[in-house]
Amino acid sequence: MASNHVIITLQDVRREYNLGVECIHALDGVTLELSDNEYVAIMGHSGSGKSTLMNVLGCLDRATSGSYILDGEDTTKMSDAALARVRNERIGFVFQSFELLGQLSACRNVEMPLIYANSGWLSRRKLATEALERVGLKGRMRHKPNQLSGGEKQRVAIARALICKPSILLADEPTGNLDTKTSREIMDLFRQLHNEGQTIIMVTHEADIACHADRIIRMQDGKVISDLPTAEDPASQHLKATHTKEAQA
Amino acid sequence: MIHLKRAFYAILRWILGFFRVLYQSIHLALSQIWANKTRAVLTMLGIIIAVASVTAVIAALSGLKAKILSQVKTFGTNTIFIMPTRPDEGPKQHASWWEIRFEPEQFDDLMEHCPSISKLGRQSSGGRHTVSFRDRSAENVNVNGIEPDCFQIESRTFLLGRPLSLMDEMQTRQVCIIDPRLQNELRLKRDCIGQQILIGHNAFIVVGVIEPRPSSPFGDTGSENYEIFIPFKTNLKLQPYPWIYAIAESRSAEVSEDAVAELRFFFRRTRNLEPGEPDTFRVESLKSALEQFNQIAIVVTMVAGGIVGISLLVGGVGIMNIMLVSVSERTREIGLRKAVGARRSAILTQFLIESVVLCFIGGLIGIGIGYLLTQAIANIPKAELDMAHIPWQAVAISFAFSGTVGIFFGMFPAIKAARLDPIEALRHE
Repeated sequence: MASNHVIITLQDVRREYNLGVECIHALDGVTLELSDNEYVAIMGHSGSGKSTLMNVLGCLDRATSGSYILDGEDTTKMSDAALARVRNERIGFVFQSFELLGQLSACRNVEMPLIYANSGWLSRRKLATEALERVGLKGRMRHKPNQLSGGEKQRVAIARALICKPSILLADEPTGNLDTKTSREIMDLFRQLHNEGQTIIMVTHEADIACHADRIIRMQDGKVISDLPTAEDPASQHLKATHTKEAQA
Repeated sequence: MIHLKRAFYAILRWILGFFRVLYQSIHLALSQIWANKTRAVLTMLGIIIAVASVTAVIAALSGLKAKILSQVKTFGTNTIFIMPTRPDEGPKQHASWWEIRFEPEQFDDLMEHCPSISKLGRQSSGGRHTVSFRDRSAENVNVNGIEPDCFQIESRTFLLGRPLSLMDEMQTRQVCIIDPRLQNELRLKRDCIGQQILIGHNAFIVVGVIEPRPSSPFGDTGSENYEIFIPFKTNLKLQPYPWIYAIAESRSAEVSEDAVAELRFFFRRTRNLEPGEPDTFRVESLKSALEQFNQIAIVVTMVAGGIVGISLLVGGVGIMNIMLVSVSERTREIGLRKAVGARRSAILTQFLIESVVLCFIGGLIGIGIGYLLTQAIANIPKAELDMAHIPWQAVAISFAFSGTVGIFFGMFPAIKAARLDPIEALRHE
């Protein structure tokens, strides 16, 4: 199923914050390649540079040096307006704290990216309905965020991320504000989306969440320290060990 | 051709897109304002007060103007008033009214010397008298000596009988013209022509009933008191040294300035004024009176405009303040919008439109309150403002001003919002 068409290429990407007194290397020469329909987890402790990497991948931030090629286009030289367009058309964001607008219904929240894609009212309604159906919230169209549970909120946010049919879905700690059971449900949804062909990049510090991905990239001090399929990553082996222990007990 | 067609569609799409963004932003702005109703109204207060007051002032002024114009129409636009005045400077500055007053002979030969004048009528106020008929009487009635032409110049209409005639004048007949209210007061017959009444101790025969003059902003023209007119010379006989003034009519509106000049020249000579000495009389055409009023109106408008300007400024600062609060409250929202693809221009437009919408709503409420104020003003008794109305220009100006205030004071917060860094904004607590 996985085609080997490369959609993301990072070449020696650096991101430095000049604080006057010292220069912080948030990304210190990251080189990565991601193919279409991959499901990747980026792991690392706080300060490891995983959030910065996420921002760069999401075109919210620019690399200080190096090149970032998305869908064959070099984003490092794009204007702000062009980057806004890339974010709109190619990238879907899912945030830890959902970031839904309280005064808008679920449907209108989901529609929002389409406003900036300049699409008409009717097609917006149709696409939003489809996206909400896809995440299993068919009957919740008119609900306001405060009438929804945490899991449902995150589903609305995922529907919003998917509505412009992005090349990549970027999830930043998507289960950080959810309980274990809801987290599982969201992970199942991610798996389902992945099976439907969606490329997913997920940033997390929880090993058992990361294990839902197919590939785990570990970061430390702005560098990639390991990049392995999940089965070979120490996290999954540790998890497997605990599972067998639980099974034995 | 194909290129042209493509370009055309591109432009069409751009325009459509623009309206979509506009519609979206207005919708969003309205829901935002609706969500913070109290705050929005308090914010708009400055704009509301400014617009309401400017609307009311303009309505009052245009009402006054309409009123004066309608008065002028009843007088006739060619009318010129001639009255004695004490000058502000010169040797006659402290002259007594006795020295200043017109004497009847000073009008002799006026018609020969002033070719632009077609009619002249002298009037004299004969003071206030008690008028009585049998056992009924009215006190403090203004008795005016009047020449026949006055009725024509003022184009006054008669309800009954006839105006005073040249014969009445020449023979100093004891005849009078009364006002219908006086007729009622004295319980005269319905057809009172020929009945005899007493003015003071002299008997006069009623020859006509005149329609009362509509009340006028020029002051007391007899709307409050009863009017009674007797021939000019009859009045002189009863009272040898009355206060005399005159009204004249120029041949046409075009020559009214000439007529005024001729009259001035004539009176300066008959009243023996030295060259350089200021006039001891006033010759005023209705046209110049109207111009004077217009000047006063401009001054009042400017003063009101200044006050309105200040309150718009205060209102605008209020708008700016609340927009800044709104931007900082919605920092995360701005971050999110940027993350899902909103450009700077889209964020800028959104906040700018929000402040403009806020100002427009304020303007609308202001015009509504201004309308109510106008209604209230129009119903103040004796204020001569019953013709007060809001001209459409006032509405247009109010809207233009509130829109401008919205753009001007909304610009800074909107730029601030548009410049926010999405990463920082999303991290904002």
